[in-house]
Amino acid sequence: MINLTINGIGVEVDEGTTILEAARAAKMNIPTLCRHPDLPPAAACGICVVRVRGRGNLVRACAAPAEEGMEVTTHDPEIVRVRRTVLELILSGHPNECLTCLRNESCELQSLAAEFGIKEESFPPLIAEHPLDDSTRSIVLDPRKCVKCGRCITVCQEQQNVWALSFLDRGIETRISPAGEIVLAESPCIRCGQCSAHCPVGAITEYDQGGEVWEALSDPAVYCVAQIAPSIRVSIGEAFGYEPGTNVSGQVYDALRRMGFDAVFDTNFGADVTIMEEATEFAERFRNSPESLPLITTCCPAWVDFMEKFHPEMIPHFSSCKSPQSILGVLAKTYYAEQRRLDPARIFMVSIMPCTAKKYEIHRHKTMFASGRQDVDVSITSRELIRMIRQSGLDFSGLDCLAAADSPLGEYSGAGAIFGATGGVMEAALRSAHYFVSGADLRDPVIPAVRGISGVKEGEIAIEGRPVRFAVAHGLANVEKVLDKITAAREKGDDPPYHFVEVMACPGGCIGGGGQAWEVDDAIRRLRVEGLLKDDAIREVRVSHRNPSIEKLYRDFLDRPLSDKARQLLHTSYRPRRKYRR
Amino acid sequence: MTEGGKTTSPKLSPAARAVKKWRRKRGALIMVLHEIQNQAGFVPRETAREIAEGMEVPLARVYEVLTFYNYFKLRPPGKAVISVCTGTACHLKGAPELVAELEKELEIGQGETTPDGLFHLQCVRCVGCCGLAPAISVNGKIYGKAAPSQVRQILAEWRAVFREEDVDD
Repeated sequence: MINLTINGIGVEVDEGTTILEAARAAKMNIPTLCRHPDLPPAAACGICVVRVRGRGNLVRACAAPAEEGMEVTTHDPEIVRVRRTVLELILSGHPNECLTCLRNESCELQSLAAEFGIKEESFPPLIAEHPLDDSTRSIVLDPRKCVKCGRCITVCQEQQNVWALSFLDRGIETRISPAGEIVLAESPCIRCGQCSAHCPVGAITEYDQGGEVWEALSDPAVYCVAQIAPSIRVSIGEAFGYEPGTNVSGQVYDALRRMGFDAVFDTNFGADVTIMEEATEFAERFRNSPESLPLITTCCPAWVDFMEKFHPEMIPHFSSCKSPQSILGVLAKTYYAEQRRLDPARIFMVSIMPCTAKKYEIHRHKTMFASGRQDVDVSITSRELIRMIRQSGLDFSGLDCLAAADSPLGEYSGAGAIFGATGGVMEAALRSAHYFVSGADLRDPVIPAVRGISGVKEGEIAIEGRPVRFAVAHGLANVEKVLDKITAAREKGDDPPYHFVEVMACPGGCIGGGGQAWEVDDAIRRLRVEGLLKDDAIREVRVSHRNPSIEKLYRDFLDRPLSDKARQLLHTSYRPRRKYRR
Repeated sequence: MTEGGKTTSPKLSPAARAVKKWRRKRGALIMVLHEIQNQAGFVPRETAREIAEGMEVPLARVYEVLTFYNYFKLRPPGKAVISVCTGTACHLKGAPELVAELEKELEIGQGETTPDGLFHLQCVRCVGCCGLAPAISVNGKIYGKAAPSQVRQILAEWRAVFREEDVDD
């Protein structure tokens, strides 16, 4: 332990604690801008400077370790003056466009300016001229607004191992950009949106499509339907004053109906269908062609894009089953339309996802038009829905917390509910795979080894005495460790290290998705995961294959998993894609 | 071409040769880029991609290095590099007017190359002949006490040089 004083107050902290963290222990908040709890300190911005007795220069608290006997001053007139000047210099390079910025009122730079009481431009503005890049139609890069904190770069290069973004040029000309004079859509960008979720300002945001949704809602000839992703019900509440992890499904269904949607579905139903198909696929490979294992999950479109660009050799291991979003989209325009005698051409499907890559998934392949037209018309992120709810004038906390989704595409099992958390797809799939192989359910549906938020999780269950080894990875840099093992075993001619692999691109899974609300850390991710696990634990039906609406869907419409009709509507395929188009 | 052998096949591209020479050595990327820059006068995108592939380095890292150091160029430089001295003496004696006149005549900005690839315009700090201020240097030839009215004449002179070279070819 280390003892030091912060503004004369003695604190005891662990070795390796930074001055910034030690100050928090002494109940002092030092302002920061580039610091993010997910990432190592970059010491890029200089806002967090403090004075350490005996040192000539001010010290950056985010990166300086606390030392025994240190005497730290966090606030005095000179320190505040220096911080203020740093802030004013950053502001002089940042366009004064708060009123027309998507980050208005959620911007970390704006909050700092308010905290420091900035009332004027102290330095003449010097705004670099860089073009806006919305080429991915998933995220929007506006390098003019960049404050060079480096978070997006670290996330894209280190956490995701994609290397689409980099800092080009130097000094005052430094800018965020893909490699060379190309746009993001020509780069390896997988549209996961983690850069946008970590950006402190409006330099990287989601591609906002709220307007397109309002337009459809205002057209009386259009039959608007919505689906909400597993994870968004435990995150959206945060914007309206709820604790992270609070399940607000009811309020969201109610809000969507009041906004004008004719029917409100739940992607969790699609998740149950995904499990029916994927677990059957697994059971077939397990029984008939074990050499074709591992089977790798494909619900995550950023992971699919990553694999097609970086690991096309894994394509044979990919589950051909579509994601819950895509499945619900096609079922709404076929099964539901038939049931309700609706012309599918009139149906406009909006999906509300935690994810910017879902905007890409809905047209990534011709199989996304399996109903005869685009199955999902628009995919919006949690952040876009939060704005739309605010625009609607709804008193969110006063909405009906017991509202239910529309039948039958709104009824789900506990297995569908946990899809939004890392390990959730694996757990749900194993529950049904066990049944499909052995004809019996697992005695306990809970599989502890898949749970928790460590980067790679491994475990094993037995089905009819045969081991099923699985791995769960999230945060794409962690995927390499799993893939390396698979490749090494194959080259040596050994048994595969795993039979089943789940990958989600974002840390924590979809609950930490690139389209979720900003300023998320692991503590919030854990609470969101708990919220989903609770939704599973309280359900009477906790396996997809016993969801009565799913049983009915197969009885009346699809026949059985992997039937010709199921293959035509619910499956897709993959192909190698170039990392760089230029 | 032999894998890992010592013979270097003439069929290897300059990038492949440089990669082979520097692979597995510390700080090798920048050395490879230096070789290409020195040979070709710039690092074309195709070459940058070939280097990234060969060195197993993300292309983004290659461009981070390429754009960090002024030494590296991403486009072919003009046949004639026009350097206008903007050191203190030249600045006071009228370098800004010279730059403005060159930009007007060539229809390019500083750091750019004319579409025909003939002229590259850049500003430099002090070429070491303050007595001749304001000075312009074109491919090392100094034009001292230059006036905006001479700019056309200078450009015409170099165009003539390149025309002759073309005839020689």
